[in-house]
Amino acid sequence: MSATQKQGDGFHRRVLERKLGMFAVATTIAIAIGGIVEIVPMFTVGAGPAPLAGVKPYTPLEVAGRDIYIREGCYVCHSQMIRPMRAELLRYGEWSRSGEYAYEHPFQLGSRRIGPDLQRVGGKYPDGWHYEHMRDPRSITPGSVMPSYAWLLQNRIDPADIAASVRALRKVGVPYTDADVSGIPAQLAAEGKAIVDRLAAGNIRTEPDREIVALIAYLQRLGRDGKAAIAAGQGGGPSTP
Amino acid sequence: MQYTAQRTATAPAYDDDVVRMFVIATITWGVVGMLVGVIIALQLAWWPANLGLPYTTFGRLRPLHTNAVIFAFTGNICFAGIYYSMQRLLKTRMWNDTLSRLHFWGWQAIIVSAAITLPLGLTQGKEYAELIWPIDVAITIVWVIFGLNFFGTIAIRKVEHLYVAIWFYMSFVITIPVLHIVNSLAVPATFLRSYPVYGGMTDALVQWWYGHNAVGFFLTTPLLGLMYYFLPRAAERPVYSYRLSIVHFWALVFLYIWAGPHHLLYSALPEWAQTLGMVFSIMLIAPSWGGMLNGLLTLRGAWDRVRTDPILKFYVVAVSFYGMSTFEGPMMSIRAVNALSHYTNWTIGHVHSGALGWVGMLTFGTLYWLIPRLWNQSLAKPSWATTHFWLATIGIVLYTVSMWAAGLTEGLEWRAVDSAGQLKYPNFVDIVHQLSPFYWLRLLGGLMYLAGAIMMAWNFILTIRSAPARTGEASPALAGAH
Repeated sequence: MSATQKQGDGFHRRVLERKLGMFAVATTIAIAIGGIVEIVPMFTVGAGPAPLAGVKPYTPLEVAGRDIYIREGCYVCHSQMIRPMRAELLRYGEWSRSGEYAYEHPFQLGSRRIGPDLQRVGGKYPDGWHYEHMRDPRSITPGSVMPSYAWLLQNRIDPADIAASVRALRKVGVPYTDADVSGIPAQLAAEGKAIVDRLAAGNIRTEPDREIVALIAYLQRLGRDGKAAIAAGQGGGPSTP
Repeated sequence: MQYTAQRTATAPAYDDDVVRMFVIATITWGVVGMLVGVIIALQLAWWPANLGLPYTTFGRLRPLHTNAVIFAFTGNICFAGIYYSMQRLLKTRMWNDTLSRLHFWGWQAIIVSAAITLPLGLTQGKEYAELIWPIDVAITIVWVIFGLNFFGTIAIRKVEHLYVAIWFYMSFVITIPVLHIVNSLAVPATFLRSYPVYGGMTDALVQWWYGHNAVGFFLTTPLLGLMYYFLPRAAERPVYSYRLSIVHFWALVFLYIWAGPHHLLYSALPEWAQTLGMVFSIMLIAPSWGGMLNGLLTLRGAWDRVRTDPILKFYVVAVSFYGMSTFEGPMMSIRAVNALSHYTNWTIGHVHSGALGWVGMLTFGTLYWLIPRLWNQSLAKPSWATTHFWLATIGIVLYTVSMWAAGLTEGLEWRAVDSAGQLKYPNFVDIVHQLSPFYWLRLLGGLMYLAGAIMMAWNFILTIRSAPARTGEASPALAGAH
């Protein structure tokens, strides 16, 4: 190729293409810069999420529920990120602040809304609504395309497994205390019983260690701390749609 | 192509066995991954297809589909193409055959463990990085094995210059472990579960830096490398512009890495990071189209053969879809467009114009080129290749058009307000109902694409079964093809 030969004396052809080490180093530098510029400031200049005052770590039962949420791939169909747009505020509530996510390991923002956003679903429906919805989504929402999750009504959670999760979350920076960790079995029982009692009031009988109870605990917690913090003036204060 | 003249010299004994292994793995996992895609497409159109079992719900199968088509189907064709072409471009056998085999079997073991763990609900909960930490460790080890063999082979090369395909392969070999390791840093809770060291929006940024560059360096650069090797071979034309390949290579690898935050527009990510993501995404059009133009213009003087040669048909559509989806992607990275497209099926359509159009069609073209040469047997049913091409092309069109329509429908209806300023569709499920016809149409497109892939697999089975027994590594009948 004549065009190739004419350019044959350039630095690229003369040097770079002949030196494996130099080419590899140049490629590494080229691919490293963007990531360094974007990610490092999240740690160094405080651009990363500092928790809003009042945003607290999940309780052990909520951690168990969150593990179930991740296991079932709920994030594949449901986002947890409300954009600052009028229609989203009307449909879902306050837009998401970074300080609400501080204790989210891993983040569960999602990328697709096959179903609605769940960030502020906490407190939106009674516990019994979630119980029935998980058992048979179409009994609550006719025409829903969500699968049934009836096995959550039968499966049981394992306190030792949840304790392992809490300890690992503590290691990645979620501020659980020694008392939090040692009190896990008692806390699980107490939280589970509270939900079981509320469900019983609606004639739903279950037990405190069922997976559905843990998932309800998690879903009912979603977005509540952030909402309260924003209502109290944090993160720029409340917005009106 | 500066090596055309040199390549006809006596061919060293290349290791084509490992190429054949990767080729068979590509076809097998491709059919499996596409089949799972068709199943989850059916689940959205008809929920009972979730089967009422924990292992087969959409939430567990969708990661299985994405992992299978990205890491199994695409991964194996990249490895097949790299092992085939780098030995010929560097005029040397792979540095170490044992490493080649460890790479092959290690990668297949990772795929099998993914196929077991994901339906069991064992996941890290990060898109495209779902695999649990022991598998993440295995990926790192296997990649180091591949990297050693890759660089070792370049080190013992018999030619001086590194051809452009090698540059693209190198960016793949270097970047993937960087992305994988940084994104996967986690503290294990048990053998099966871990939590990332990053929290909240930092985790989101790291994840999308990884996720977008999995597109860039797993689904783009190695395949561009394959394009630079196999397209000129199939077209029997030199690459259009050497200078363009330099410019677009460096621009692409430098710019791609910045684009991740476009997945987090309007999120709680700091504004400056969102803006960087948007700006660099738009700039990416230039190097992407540089690659597209270099591919299409390589066909100059060979366009008459596109009419008759199914391999060139596959390549033309692949490169055209590369151009289309690398235009659409930057457009969707503009905040105002993203406000409408984000969270919708539009994104799914965009991904699939890249995956089915660019990755899939380039893979099919390459397989049709490779298999007769690797098994020294002409294709059993040449006309089936053309039928496959049309099934796949029409399938992609049905897929993307239905997903555009579905995405616009839901995007517009989510935001629609009436004259009183209230939501026009306050019940989310009412909007879901309207997507049903699009989901069925998408399923039809996916089925056509899968049917084409099965035809191809059957064609290859017939071809390989009638192939003569192999006597040596480099068969004399192929000397002219080298």
